Amino acid sequence: MTDLLDILLTAGLWSSTFRIATPLIFGTLGALLCERAGVLNLGIEGIMTFGAMIGWLTTYLTGDLWSGVLAAALAGAAFGLLHAVLTVTLGLSQHVAGLGITLFASSSSYYVFRLAVPVQGTPPTVEAFAPLALPGLSDLPWIGPALFTQTPLTYLALVLVLLTAWILARTPLGLAVRLTGENPHAAEAQGLDPVALRYGAIMAGSALMGVGGSFLTLAAFNSFFPTMVQGRGWICIALVVFSTWRPMRALLGAVLFALFDAYQLRLQAVFGKAVPYQLFLMLPYVLSILALVVMARRARVPQALMKPYRRGER
Amino acid sequence: MRFERRATRSWGLTLLAPLMAVAVAFVVAGGLIALSGAPVIEAGRRILENAFGSRLALTETLTRTTPLILTGLAAAVAFRARVWNIGAEGQFYGGALATAAMAQVVPGPLAIPALMLAGAVAGVVLLVVPVALRLRFGVDEVVTTLLLNFIVLLFVSLAIEGFLRDPLAFGWPQSVPVPPEARLPKLVDRSRLHVGLVIAVLAAVLVYLVNRYTVFGLQARAAGLSAPAARFAGVPLSRTLLTTACLSGGLAGLAGAIEVMGVKGHVSSDLSPGFGYTGIVVAMLAGLSPLGVILAALFVAALFVGADGMSRALAVPSFIADVTTSLALLAMLVAIFFTQYRVAK
Repeated sequence: MTDLLDILLTAGLWSSTFRIATPLIFGTLGALLCERAGVLNLGIEGIMTFGAMIGWLTTYLTGDLWSGVLAAALAGAAFGLLHAVLTVTLGLSQHVAGLGITLFASSSSYYVFRLAVPVQGTPPTVEAFAPLALPGLSDLPWIGPALFTQTPLTYLALVLVLLTAWILARTPLGLAVRLTGENPHAAEAQGLDPVALRYGAIMAGSALMGVGGSFLTLAAFNSFFPTMVQGRGWICIALVVFSTWRPMRALLGAVLFALFDAYQLRLQAVFGKAVPYQLFLMLPYVLSILALVVMARRARVPQALMKPYRRGER
Repeated sequence: MRFERRATRSWGLTLLAPLMAVAVAFVVAGGLIALSGAPVIEAGRRILENAFGSRLALTETLTRTTPLILTGLAAAVAFRARVWNIGAEGQFYGGALATAAMAQVVPGPLAIPALMLAGAVAGVVLLVVPVALRLRFGVDEVVTTLLLNFIVLLFVSLAIEGFLRDPLAFGWPQSVPVPPEARLPKLVDRSRLHVGLVIAVLAAVLVYLVNRYTVFGLQARAAGLSAPAARFAGVPLSRTLLTTACLSGGLAGLAGAIEVMGVKGHVSSDLSPGFGYTGIVVAMLAGLSPLGVILAALFVAALFVGADGMSRALAVPSFIADVTTSLALLAMLVAIFFTQYRVAK
């Protein structure tokens, strides 16, 4: 039993926790931004898949990692634009439109990948992001190797959480976005443009989802394969509810979730013989559902979430 | 750009909508095929030929149509009442697994109905729970049904590597096979086409009749149009949504049962190439109409079977079929919108 607790205290566990958390942080932050403006974006799973593919492919072709990240962000924003046209301009069902985007984005990423990289024995790889030890901070005992010896994308994710939290809570732009998500008619009465705000929030949020996907192929692994996103997008949607639509709590949720995931991987190594490994793999999904059940009633949902806005129509 | 609601619903436009959507999807898909360097017209011809051009092609297409009718119905039934069942994939596998398990217990002539029932019940359970969670705790069933898909698939993997493992499968993870007396009879000799197709078509007709002529059908439609208005009019909302969940989950579970009993004979992790998710596309292309689902399923199945053969011949990735169907879904959403709205002058 003490062994199990010891695992919890190793820097290695926490280091992989932040690694596992990174795509979830990007994705949750992206979904949160969309929802704060009043639009559910179920395109996330497909957008992350496309981000993973295009990020990898761009880096494979150019040899430059940051070009890959940028490509993933731009592709994400493009799918966000499509989602915005469908859900904001046309006011279609956000559920169905989002699922359509997921199906389209993931199938087209497999198609483009197969076009660019014909079937081979082993998938080609890129030189992935190496961990970057932050000078000074990484020498700290325990927390240094756990938190300050990560890839640049993890630091970017953490900075973006702070930035998003600050923008949403403390700037006029953030207030405008939140007002659009609560009551777009009131926003318009204030002279704001709810349509433009929603477009902006969805595109920015979708860009974050794309970057989250690219972390998988440019930092966590070094190659792309179909179905590699493995429901992470849906988990992010659950984490947004868990976070009660607040960026800092989204970070907390993503890290808790990743800690659990990293821990179960180590438990698998301990109990792997006695307990089927599938049970461990199920735990993250079960945990997400439980979190939803616990949080759903307490959460203060943005009041205009999933309500299309049409000027002059109530 | 601004839109205004059309005063009247035009039947011409309603029928035109899916055709326009499919046309748009084909044009974009043609562009994507051209991107791969393959001749577009030749690719289209080969898709048609591989889907309908021979006895084998036609029976393969109809074999693929069968589960898609059922998962398409599952989505259509649920979406009509605004129960967002995205878990048909998991319900399909749940039904398949329950069927394989039940086949070890129930012998003889009772097997076929008992196995189908087992599959349907598994599907029902997998959807009633998320819908009950929505009614009781306000948990969005979209996310729970999506997450359940992963849980069920892992459970299937656990079962076929564990308690349901076929020891004679040379180490390949698949379930113990369903005994011959529980296999569905063939519809056409020397093909894979089985009577499941008839069952699926009958299910579509049945759903049509239920929608059209029963109180429940009316209540489900009312719940889908506006839940508050339905409640105000005295529709028992919880009961309606739970019944809808039973119908939808049962259809998806039945699809899994029939696929096992009719085609594969056992459960493996690649039993479904996304039948559950594709069912959503089928339902939307059919405009959620149960009889339309039959046509839409045939169309989607032909596309997949045809694209498989075409991709082997012309080296176009077979994912082109997935891209085309998802494009058709998005185009269909827009097309439906324009049957209800027009650009304001």
